[in-house]
Amino acid sequence: METTILFAPLVGALIAGFGWKAIGETAAQWVTTGLLFLAAFLSWIVFLTHDGVTESITILRWIESGSLSADWAIRMDRLTATMLIVITSVSALVHLYSFGYMAHDENFKEGENYKARFFAYLSFFTFAMLMLVTSDNLIQMFFGWEGVGVASYLLIGFYYKKPSANAAAIKAFVVNRVGDLGFALGIFATYLIFDSVKFADIFAAVPDHVDDTITFLWRDWAALEVIAVLLFVGAMGKSAQLILHTWLPDAMEGPTPVSALIHAATMVTAGVFLVCRMSPIIEFAPNAKEFIVFLGASTAFFAATVGLVQNDIKRVIAYSTCSQLGYMFVAAGVGVYSVAMFHLLTHAFFKAMLFLGAGSVIHGMHHEQDMRNYGGLKDKLPWTFRAMMIGTLAITGVGIPLLYVGFPIGFAGFVSKDAIIESAFAASNSYAFWMLVISALFTSFYSWRLIFLTFYGTPRGDKHTHEHAHESPTVMLAPLGILAVGAIFAGMVFYKPFFGSEQSVGKFFGYVSADEYHEEAHVPAFTLIAPAYAAGDEDKDEEHAINQVPGEGAIFHHPDNHVLHDAHYVPKWVKLSPFVAMLLGFLTAYQMYIRRPDLPAKLAEQQAPLYNFLLNKWYVDEIYNVLFVRPALWIGGFLWKRGDGNVIDGGINGLALGIIPFFTRLAGRAQSGYMFTYVFGMVIGIAVLLTWVTLGGGAK
Amino acid sequence: MFAEISTDIQAMLPEIVLAVYAMLALIGAVYTGKDALGRTLVWVTAAVMVVLAFWIGSQEITERAFGGMFINDGFARFAKVTILLSAAAVLVMSIDYMDRRELLKFEYPLLVALATVGMMVMVSAGDLMALYMGLELQSLALYVVASLRRDSVKSTEAGLKYFVLGALSSGLLLYGASLTYGFAGTTLFSGIVEAVSDKPSLGLLFGLVFMIAGFAFKVSAAPFHMWTPDVYEGSPTPVTAFFATAPKVAAMGLFARVVHDAFGGVVGDWQQIVAFLSVASMFLGAVAAIGQTNIKRLMAYSSIAHMGFALMGLAAGTAFGVQAMLIYMAIYVTMNIGTFAFILSMEKDGMPVTDIASLQSYSKSEPLKALAMLVLLFSLAGVPPMVGFFGKFYVLRAAYEGGLTWLAVLGVIASVIGAFYYLRIVFYMYFGEDRDGLDKGGSPVLWAFLMASAAIIGISWFPGLNLFGIEVIAEAAAATLVE
Repeated sequence: METTILFAPLVGALIAGFGWKAIGETAAQWVTTGLLFLAAFLSWIVFLTHDGVTESITILRWIESGSLSADWAIRMDRLTATMLIVITSVSALVHLYSFGYMAHDENFKEGENYKARFFAYLSFFTFAMLMLVTSDNLIQMFFGWEGVGVASYLLIGFYYKKPSANAAAIKAFVVNRVGDLGFALGIFATYLIFDSVKFADIFAAVPDHVDDTITFLWRDWAALEVIAVLLFVGAMGKSAQLILHTWLPDAMEGPTPVSALIHAATMVTAGVFLVCRMSPIIEFAPNAKEFIVFLGASTAFFAATVGLVQNDIKRVIAYSTCSQLGYMFVAAGVGVYSVAMFHLLTHAFFKAMLFLGAGSVIHGMHHEQDMRNYGGLKDKLPWTFRAMMIGTLAITGVGIPLLYVGFPIGFAGFVSKDAIIESAFAASNSYAFWMLVISALFTSFYSWRLIFLTFYGTPRGDKHTHEHAHESPTVMLAPLGILAVGAIFAGMVFYKPFFGSEQSVGKFFGYVSADEYHEEAHVPAFTLIAPAYAAGDEDKDEEHAINQVPGEGAIFHHPDNHVLHDAHYVPKWVKLSPFVAMLLGFLTAYQMYIRRPDLPAKLAEQQAPLYNFLLNKWYVDEIYNVLFVRPALWIGGFLWKRGDGNVIDGGINGLALGIIPFFTRLAGRAQSGYMFTYVFGMVIGIAVLLTWVTLGGGAK
Repeated sequence: MFAEISTDIQAMLPEIVLAVYAMLALIGAVYTGKDALGRTLVWVTAAVMVVLAFWIGSQEITERAFGGMFINDGFARFAKVTILLSAAAVLVMSIDYMDRRELLKFEYPLLVALATVGMMVMVSAGDLMALYMGLELQSLALYVVASLRRDSVKSTEAGLKYFVLGALSSGLLLYGASLTYGFAGTTLFSGIVEAVSDKPSLGLLFGLVFMIAGFAFKVSAAPFHMWTPDVYEGSPTPVTAFFATAPKVAAMGLFARVVHDAFGGVVGDWQQIVAFLSVASMFLGAVAAIGQTNIKRLMAYSSIAHMGFALMGLAAGTAFGVQAMLIYMAIYVTMNIGTFAFILSMEKDGMPVTDIASLQSYSKSEPLKALAMLVLLFSLAGVPPMVGFFGKFYVLRAAYEGGLTWLAVLGVIASVIGAFYYLRIVFYMYFGEDRDGLDKGGSPVLWAFLMASAAIIGISWFPGLNLFGIEVIAEAAAATLVE
């Protein structure tokens, strides 16, 4: 079954990519979509029947070279199962959605075939992503990692006639190379220390290598710290974290379904998945964890501030994605990997929905993406409006705080995001905590700003466009409806296995066996405050650690890591803070875009430097341009014109067109045709040889 | 006594059979049909050679006859089989060409057979006398064959030049042999090797140098190569094809035989000389060939460069080096037979053409032959995965493992330069301007040889074929020469 899930998208991609001429474009679309729905269906079966015990399914032997051995194998555990449903579900829905979205594309001329290619790319991406998450060793993972990179490149540059799309594709590829260098070095370092690239071997051996060091430059570094940081650098590239985030907003040049699938729900979360997957190593690298938390929190804040002032609807959501990924990294960094995966799961639903909703708006508005030209679309696009509303309620974290009925009541984002913020507090990381709370406020503001600017107020911009604005077809709305279910209920349904209690999480992730599992005692089913408080404060310091062996289960917690437990015992104001932040953000947005629509312009004028700073994304691109791009261009130009052109071409040409012909002429002249010349040559030759022997070998 | 002679004769029976055949056929033809028998004799001679090749190939013993003057070992047999098969192939290829130019005299196959006997004696020689005897038998036969076309100025010029220069080289060789005998006190290789084992006298080394000069002339290694282009160009093309194949193998075998059997104790002394010859040949062959417009002259320089590579294997001074050299020679011969089959078929309006430019846009009129030639030229240039690449790879590896890294590096550079003129032919064939091409069709025999050679060159690198096992055979052969 797992194998079918893995290869169904590949089969679809091959059929659609190479066989569409034989079967026709429509058939190619149906084949890929059908196979993806099959994969999604099977994935849910796998997810629901999975018992948390890690198994390995070998497909074939791949590399055997000395002590290096890597197979094509599926590692089935809870992490994989979770990623399977995220990837296949969103991908299947995006395939379906694309029927409508890609039906008529003005980037291509009448009669040009592009749909089969698009669907083939989508399916190929899905295959590569599945390869990444199912891998049981680092090399296979790297294959998937690069595979999604290629698919992302192809899809961002899908409108290859637009120079900006090509530039964005190249940028995404190049920036990811920087991260991939770190990832590759991380793999090398892992192999150096553990002499294996298989997860099972690595994890089991982690306790033996805690004190190992790697010498680099002037000092010894703790090996596990180095590995953790290097792997995280890879994650930073793929998940668009600060420093390496610049490619993600530009990637919005791709068709919107691509943004939903790759740049919101799946590929960009690969970094989070990687950190969770490598949790046995990360747990032994406290400094690397600090670094991850710092960078994640900073990214969440940075991206949220930039999102406040963007005007392109897709860019707002892109920065929002960047910001939410920061949340996930904070969760992973403080050591609650289940919570990181929780937010990954819920985020996949509501962010995919927001993107597909935005795509629906763009589709309805004839590919207009600037929110300043929207307004009052609530009635023109009623279903899209409802979907976007649900997505916004989910991302901003609307719910009923402090109420617990076996699970908290609220939209998906409410449950998972609050879990992260509480974990950050429980880890006593006040920087991360405050950054995340402020980011929650900003998130709420820009999300509501998007809704208000798009759906409320009076129509702005081209009148003609507004008159022809239309609701999208059912194939596009149906996926929105399905995702809406996830955006509403995913948080509540999956609260317990991902965050409920150490026991429930442990059982779900397979490191607490069914025999050991016991419900936490005396937790009332219904309470107005958090369950732990209801159980009594004294429980806080109780012996609760679950002694876990690295490699057992899908994620690993160090015996000293009590964050997951402590997160349930945070003060009430902490639990309330994200909710308050959300309310504040909502009210500000309401004030500025509904009651006083003139305010934003005034504010922008008053605070022009700040506004421009944010609008230009903190000038990061400009700084990179000066620091890296121009020097690189200069070096490239220098090596090209001087190095390659003058030195190499000049040298080779000089040799080939000057020196060698000279000798050729010389040899031709020596071959005079007269026998005495030949005899002379032979005599000279023997004289040389005799002299050589006399002076060299013979004299010794 | 009689029993001893009988075993001695037993050891060199193939040579005796071929020699007796050649003499009987000569007498028989003189008294009967003369030139009318030419065609038949060619076929019969080729058949005899092939039979002998299989006979020799099936032997497995190592034996010394006539008090050590004649050695029948794996090394000699490897060389002999190569010599016999290539000589037979060239004979068969030449029938059509010679016949149409009324050159198919009955002496031709018999002279080739006698030359072949000489070559077989050369590679089996265990004594300076046997060496010289084989060498002269070969050379005298070849002088005649070179000037077979008596009414052509060029052919006679070729024969004369070859004869005069060959006489000079024979003189050098004899001088070296006599010096060696004088200082070693014996003509037997096994005796010489004892004499030089501790500290060789300068006189012995001088003898070695003179003898090496003689061998270098025979393998046409620079700077003793200068006869080669003129003789190749002047001789009838089938004779050129013969010159480029069997005698090269014989001379190279003799070269290896002497330096290892007689001077195996002082590898360091001759290694430098052989390496020098190797570098000089590789570079001269590569550089000078660029200027050629006649494909026969080009092939002359090509063979000079190839001999440089084969000498590189010898220069390594190891068993692996000899193995590499043997493999290289076998591959070289295979490639050259195919290439000359093509050159023999180059005709325009029934007249032989040797101008390279006449091949322009050849691929359009004869795509299959052009493809086969492309494979051969790529192989000659050493482009992987053609077999020529593996030949070069073996000798480079031998040089590197023998501690001659600088030689290997120079070899690679020379092969890059040399690739130019091979690829230029490919360029002409595939991208040249349209013009009146060569005649289509041609002899089916030549076609078959061209295709077979190209097929062997083109496919034997396939996994599983392993160069048809030549590696193992050459290794065993080299092991009998170098302990």
